[in-house]
Amino acid sequence: MTISKALSIELLRGMKRIRLVEEGIAERYPQGKMRCPMHLSIGQEAAAIGVGLALKHSDLAVSSHRAHAHYLSKGGDLKAMLAEIYGKATGCSSGRGGSMHLIDTKVGFMGSTAIVSNSMPVGVGLGLSLQLRKSNAVSTVFCGDGSLEEGAFYESANFASVRNLPVLFICENNLYSVYSHLRVRQPMGRKIHKMVEAIGVPSALVDGNDPQAVYEAAVAAIDHIRQGQGPFFLELTTYRWREHCGPNYDNNIGYRTEEEFQEWKQKDPIPRFEEKLLTERMLDRLEVKDMEDEIQAEIQTAFDFAENSPYPESEQAFQGIFSEKAGSYE
Amino acid sequence: MNRIITFAEAIREALDQSMAADENIIVFGLGVDDPKAIFGTTAGLQQKYGSERVFDTPTSENAMTGVGIGAALNGIRPVMVHQRLDFFLLAMDQLVNGAAKWHFMFGGQGKVPITIRLIMGRGWGQGPTHSQNLQAWFAHIPGLKVVMPATAEDAKGLLLESIYDDNPVVFLEHRWLHNVKGEVSEEPKRIPLGKARKLREGVDITLVAFSYMVVEAIHAADFLASQDISCEILDLRTIAPLDWPSVFESVAKTGRVLALDTGTTTGSVAGEIIARIADECWDGLKCAPQRLAMPDYPESTSFALTADYHIRAEHVAAKVGQMLGRTLDTEPLITQREHPHDVPGDWFNGPF
Repeated sequence: MTISKALSIELLRGMKRIRLVEEGIAERYPQGKMRCPMHLSIGQEAAAIGVGLALKHSDLAVSSHRAHAHYLSKGGDLKAMLAEIYGKATGCSSGRGGSMHLIDTKVGFMGSTAIVSNSMPVGVGLGLSLQLRKSNAVSTVFCGDGSLEEGAFYESANFASVRNLPVLFICENNLYSVYSHLRVRQPMGRKIHKMVEAIGVPSALVDGNDPQAVYEAAVAAIDHIRQGQGPFFLELTTYRWREHCGPNYDNNIGYRTEEEFQEWKQKDPIPRFEEKLLTERMLDRLEVKDMEDEIQAEIQTAFDFAENSPYPESEQAFQGIFSEKAGSYE
Repeated sequence: MNRIITFAEAIREALDQSMAADENIIVFGLGVDDPKAIFGTTAGLQQKYGSERVFDTPTSENAMTGVGIGAALNGIRPVMVHQRLDFFLLAMDQLVNGAAKWHFMFGGQGKVPITIRLIMGRGWGQGPTHSQNLQAWFAHIPGLKVVMPATAEDAKGLLLESIYDDNPVVFLEHRWLHNVKGEVSEEPKRIPLGKARKLREGVDITLVAFSYMVVEAIHAADFLASQDISCEILDLRTIAPLDWPSVFESVAKTGRVLALDTGTTTGSVAGEIIARIADECWDGLKCAPQRLAMPDYPESTSFALTADYHIRAEHVAAKVGQMLGRTLDTEPLITQREHPHDVPGDWFNGPF
């Protein structure tokens, strides 16, 4: 597949935007104004943007605790995300959810939840609703390698398969669940995507640090689903650069090596793709600089918005436990 | 028009009428279309509404609850059914971290109008893991509504209301009530959640009950009336929200309260009722508020080991007598029972 120049540039822009947002958070986190757990997507940008740009706003998506990149790739509002992380009234969840509970239903991002595998069956249920409505849209479940060790995954994949549901599973395999390497969690030699295929969900294994490869695989998977052929699973290999939760590097604490990190840093998706576009003369260095300046300006504005937004009134903590709107039936 | 039908038939009618009125309503669960049709409560629904809207599922309690949540977020109104509450324990992540939280934690965006029917019971050797009455767990979680009907009329009206409520509702059906008959309107008449019903007017003591304990309360009250003791019976109908004003009003009138619960004693709904009454009604109490619930042990299986396990009418009557300073001979309550202690009637003859 050849992808257009415009799309190539969007892939690069999307990755840079995620990286710069996450670095902006990491830089400001020690100020103590973002008072919630923080799972950054640095290193995993290509996987998110490649899928995000293959989806339409009418397609739906759910994600888990490390969701910033998925939310932004799906088109989620940056200001509302940062305000949510700052606990502000203007946050996408009105300050109730923080970094791990992002939502922007206008662009089909239906929610990220914090318990590993918790949102998987929810994504499958969204797929069921699309099938019942005879919709052509796709429900996307962003997840990680750890979630495949939860019972909910098997139950979800099994049901998606048995009912032929329009569900796209995107598994970012970053090798770690908190500090636990895949080798202590799953048998040696297992191919995750092959295991999923055995459940009845067709799959593919893709370099998750190659945004174009991810995009192309996502487009093919989405075509398969829109043609009514049921769910699809993409395993995207990638790597988490920073600590599981927080703004720092943690190669020094003993659960992984500096060498391993450096190896993956060589496979940083952003410079790799940028060089490719420069070589192919899709853009020049000046245009890259302009792109970065533009993104930085947007991010600064979004941080200013978050910082300057008011906190919710404290009585909001004791309101809105139930939806009070009348049901559809009279 | 009202007719006499069973509790189970009332459930089936509520499902049927709501599905006819709203095509967004779907019904699923293990066995909803099998020959037994969840004790008859889903009989004929698949034939009438098709296998897209009424379907059997994999044995996946947790994910299927999440599937219901996801569908509900996109405008579907799922009714899930579990033949035994105990199996639903596998779905606590989806219920507690998902359904109960969604609307609140996303700042009011998204709603989860899902109804989860859980059948629970006692007796016939159901034993430690097939007879648990865990309503207190659900009532403890903010964001859930918990419904526990005792009559056929309430089963229908409260299920209709639960389905049309925009929030997650845990609808608890006591198996011993499925064959209880009562007058039920043919119309789809909804009964609001959170409103208790005064089943008997009385002056000496308030019996607060819900679900199957309402039946035992009625037997006890009938006997106590013959002993010149006048009981007021309050059927809570829903335990979350709980109709506190009706409870307080009745206790203010009688000055005595006995709370009855189908679950184990410690941490029970009955315990919460006693605590709130102690907080709110202290000055008007004529004696210490009391409760009767199941012992803090799992239910055993053997016919012999269940003989003294459950709270029955004679225990209720004896406790009321004690609270009024009366010693009562409750033997008539025991001898009038026509069935063995582990079944509600001849219709309940296993294997269940």
